[in-house]
Amino acid sequence: MRLRNVITSIALSSCIAFSVISCKSKVSDEDLKAKVENVVSNTNGVIVDVKDGIVTLSGTVSSQAEREAIENSAKAVDGQHIKSVVNNIVVQVPQIEVNTDDVDLSAKVVDATKDFPNVQTTVKDGIITVTGTVEQSRLQVLKQSLDALSPKKVDLSAVVTK
Amino acid sequence: MTLTTKYQGLIDVANSSGIENLQIAEQEGVLHIRGTAPSADVKNKLWDVYNQLDPNYLSGDVVMNVDVSTAIAGSQVRVITQNSNLNIRKGPGTDQPIVGKAAKDEIITLISRANDQWWLVRTNDGEEGYCYAQYLEPIA
Repeated sequence: MRLRNVITSIALSSCIAFSVISCKSKVSDEDLKAKVENVVSNTNGVIVDVKDGIVTLSGTVSSQAEREAIENSAKAVDGQHIKSVVNNIVVQVPQIEVNTDDVDLSAKVVDATKDFPNVQTTVKDGIITVTGTVEQSRLQVLKQSLDALSPKKVDLSAVVTK
Repeated sequence: MTLTTKYQGLIDVANSSGIENLQIAEQEGVLHIRGTAPSADVKNKLWDVYNQLDPNYLSGDVVMNVDVSTAIAGSQVRVITQNSNLNIRKGPGTDQPIVGKAAKDEIITLISRANDQWWLVRTNDGEEGYCYAQYLEPIA
């Protein structure tokens, strides 16, 4: 009689123990996912996945610094239950548009230098090269006018200022 | 020295001056800066700092294209030629006939921006036509 009771109570507590353990892991993954998503919620384009305590981050951000910051924030969410963080986030630095249409750029350079009779310009692959002479006090206007055309580069190294 | 280190002073001013749509990126050995400044003063400050860091822009390693947000239809702009009159043209191009002139420091009205380089303006005398935007500075 007593033995049966003992076996029953052992069996019963084992069941309870197992059920408690399995409940815990199910809640943990979802729970962790929610917690990690909470700390990265202000970053668009980041996707969080959690499986067996391993957090996988993916998506796109615009800088390496941001990529690292998100990884560190994720790790800090729950040091005990997060086994590791796999960082598959891709860094895509936004490109600034430049005008590499030499025909278009050349026409615009003509207008920009109309008032600078002693300069010559060449435009190649989006690079504006200037030679000739410019008054010192007007050099800034020239550079501003050329920069405003969004070229790849403005080379004034051969310009003589007086 | 990387470009961002060399021009840290310029980048700092750009970041702290309320520039809209500020973009700063190093591409193929050139530091590109784009954005819209809240006033002509801010734009001028950026250019002062740039000139200090690269006198006469000899290094050719920066392209800074920052315009000014106060250059809107109906606003007043000042003619900032060095000495001469500013040509007012029939159309947006130096190949277009000259239809009038505005004097240095004259304040005229910006009617609209045809494009980034050419603005349609009107003087107090009623002369109307296109001026090269680099010679016009928004007031305030």
